[in-house]
Amino acid sequence: MAKLGSPVDLEKFRQQLVSQRDLNLPCVTICSGTGCQAYRAASVADAFVREIENQGLKKKVNVRRTGCHGFCERGPIVVIFPQEICYLGVNNEDVPEIVSQTLGQNKLVESSLYKDAKTDKSIAYESEIPFYKNQSRILLGNNRLIDPQNIDDYIALGGYSALVKALFELGADKVLQMVKDANLRGRGGGGFPTGIKWETARNAPGEPKFVIVNADEGDPGAYMNRSLLEGNPHSVLEGLIIGAYVIGSNKGFVYVRQEYPLAVQNITTAIEQAQEYGLLGENILGSGFNFDVKIHRGAGAFVSGESSALMTAIEGRVGEPRPKYIRTTVSGIEGKPSNLNNVETWANVPLIISKGVDWFKSIGSRGNTGTKIFSLVGKVNNTGLVEVPLGTTLQEIIFNIGGGIPKGKRFKAVQTGGPSGGCIPESLLDMPVDFDELAKVGSMMGSGGMIVMDEDTCMVDIARYFVNFLCGESCGKCVPCREGLRQMLIILNNICSGKGKEGDIELLQEISEVMQDASLCALGTTAANPVLSTIKYFRDEYEAHIREKRCPAGACRDLVAYYILPEKCQACLICLRNCPAGAIIGKKDTVHVIDQAKCTKCGTCIEVCPARFGAVVKLSGQTVPVSALGGTKVIRKR
Amino acid sequence: MEKVRLEIDGKLVEAEEGMTLLQAARKIGIDIPTICYDEKMAPYGACRLCMVEIGRNNKTRLVASCVYPVEDKLVVKTESERVIKTRKMILELLLSRCQSGPIETLAKKYGLEKSRFPGEDTGCVLCGLCVRYCGEIKKANAIGFMGRGVERGVAFLPEIAPKVCLSCRECFTLCPGGKVVTESLDGTWFPPLGWQKKV
Ligand SMILES: Cc1cc2nc3c(=O)[nH]c(=O)nc-3n(C[C@H](O)[C@H](O)[C@H](O)COP(=O)(O)O)c2cc1C
Ligand code: FES
Repeated sequence: MAKLGSPVDLEKFRQQLVSQRDLNLPCVTICSGTGCQAYRAASVADAFVREIENQGLKKKVNVRRTGCHGFCERGPIVVIFPQEICYLGVNNEDVPEIVSQTLGQNKLVESSLYKDAKTDKSIAYESEIPFYKNQSRILLGNNRLIDPQNIDDYIALGGYSALVKALFELGADKVLQMVKDANLRGRGGGGFPTGIKWETARNAPGEPKFVIVNADEGDPGAYMNRSLLEGNPHSVLEGLIIGAYVIGSNKGFVYVRQEYPLAVQNITTAIEQAQEYGLLGENILGSGFNFDVKIHRGAGAFVSGESSALMTAIEGRVGEPRPKYIRTTVSGIEGKPSNLNNVETWANVPLIISKGVDWFKSIGSRGNTGTKIFSLVGKVNNTGLVEVPLGTTLQEIIFNIGGGIPKGKRFKAVQTGGPSGGCIPESLLDMPVDFDELAKVGSMMGSGGMIVMDEDTCMVDIARYFVNFLCGESCGKCVPCREGLRQMLIILNNICSGKGKEGDIELLQEISEVMQDASLCALGTTAANPVLSTIKYFRDEYEAHIREKRCPAGACRDLVAYYILPEKCQACLICLRNCPAGAIIGKKDTVHVIDQAKCTKCGTCIEVCPARFGAVVKLSGQTVPVSALGGTKVIRKR
Repeated sequence: MEKVRLEIDGKLVEAEEGMTLLQAARKIGIDIPTICYDEKMAPYGACRLCMVEIGRNNKTRLVASCVYPVEDKLVVKTESERVIKTRKMILELLLSRCQSGPIETLAKKYGLEKSRFPGEDTGCVLCGLCVRYCGEIKKANAIGFMGRGVERGVAFLPEIAPKVCLSCRECFTLCPGGKVVTESLDGTWFPPLGWQKKV
């Protein structure tokens, strides 16, 4: 391929691509994102290719392996265009039928369709599945239309026309103004206005200047950055080139975590192809603008995603945050102006340039324009990546898109923002989710992670869980963060194991305040959020643990006991046989008894006890009634 | 050099641009406690004892004075209520892992007899003075940090330490906890310092 030397070349090439493509030809797209690959999507894709050939449809059907569609839990996902028929959980055995029925005869294969749990009806079209229907997928939507390893797919869809517009039509000043007017805010968590950041870097003295994509994504529960980089790498790259042009940078980095091999592979391919086409490198499209990008693979610690730590790592030193009273936009990599934005932030840029400021501002809420991708996980029916306008309510996300809480349980709280976010209670389900509202209730946007919790979750235990995670992920450099977390974990462990004492809650708050005030980086200043928010909304649970040695959710092992109700036990021997600790005493016709000294509280007995007996109960905060270990005679149920 | 004028604890100070708040304060005899700061080395900003409050009215925040650069017209308070509260908590946290040297002295000064927090008296507060001295000044890099988060510690590097440490020993006198000086440092064994197992 010869380099595209001008906007005209690019446009001609695009026309040529479009004219070669028959959009009416059916196209089978197989999601090949990391999630679906775990369900052997690669082999399903091969099966489609083989089967289409076998059934003599090779000339009549296209096959495309795409990036993540977001509904990873139901993978592998297959969507057939142009109708957009969506098959979920497709395995190799389903392929022949789908090919013969749907591609051959235009009929649906019922068994692979989405089934609505409420109505028990099948839904054939992707756009009608509740999980998708209620989203606004301006960023993720293209994933299913593109083979991420093929730049032509992106170009055919209009890719790199925003770059042309920026370079040849608007110029740097106008592009900057657009990004500012659109009020794009950083998707990396802080919500800092992107235009202002760019402007600072642009005006800062010093050469060279650097632009960087933050694809560290250290929150273990979040994967929207991975999915974008894997599924539509050119959208991120195009945004980056536009930003570099505005800022006056000729050198960019993509900082991507090592643990994302497919993302590394796809962005590497994308950079190579863009170079080959003349969209990166010297004199891009004949504009006179030069720009190169290098990939930096990070060894993913959570804290490496913090801006100063990330830049230190790019310099080749240990990625630890450093005090940055002088902004990294002024003094970053090697003391030079360095502009860092999140993957999702960059991916929004081409859209703003192509579709305009008004369009962008029409999405979202006041001061919070555009969409945000969340990764919805935990105790919710539909888990996956959810892209919605900023300002959408929690209720909408968790219940309409997420389909509510499984097994008819009750919603208790949602934790947003990753490990150092806060827990939001049921009473706030109607709140709009945006940068400012989340901060107001003591949580944050952070990574965009959203963990739904049901009634069985203990909120003290949850705080303990996140503090424990942060204890290992803090860099350990500054005292408030390192020692504060250490002491908080000790206190929380005590509370959860029944050793909490009066004053513990206040002490946790006291430590938290100093961590917020005095820590070196935002990991430390936000690390107390899980503790403070659970104290704020679920203080009664803390008090129950401390005063009554009771865990209201029955989740803290040290505070629960299993007990067999003598009047209900039918001496069926099932729990006795299944108890891995051999803690159950009993025999035929004799009520079973749990030897509390031996019980490891694994909960097996409660799970295996037949529902019609319901003889095993979990107790917390009360003494276990003493039963004669010899056992009494069974009271037979009639 | 450009001059800037700022106010520290009500006193007007003239300072040179590029100076830190700590330097400007010390210049006029205001004492701000520090542990990880040593004028021979680049400021590190880790102990957070040197926090001061900047800003006016209710728009104030705490910053580490050892790294924060002076600004014209800045208003700084080195002993506000918020500063003292923070400093005391930090000292109390430090006291849980080191009960000697300047930590002990400072704790007494701030009225702390005993820490409410459990911990081993490792003597090391991970201030990094030894590590930075060895790297920045001696360029020997014989001692470094290991581990992350609450499991952070300091370790002599077995490939380098036996060759250089015994004849140097310069970092020993820097250590606020006195822990780098250890009898077991006999040329064959260099113990890790300050490392505590996560609970
Ligand atoms: C502990 C910690 C971890 C972070 N991890 C990430 C991350 O994984 N990805 C990211 O984009 N930003 C992360 N950030 C935020 C970055 O410091 C920075 O603000 C962001 O990349 C800027 O991009 P934006 O303006 O587009 O949001 C993290 C911050 C902290 C304090
Ligand atoms: S002296 Fe400033 S942080 Fe330690």
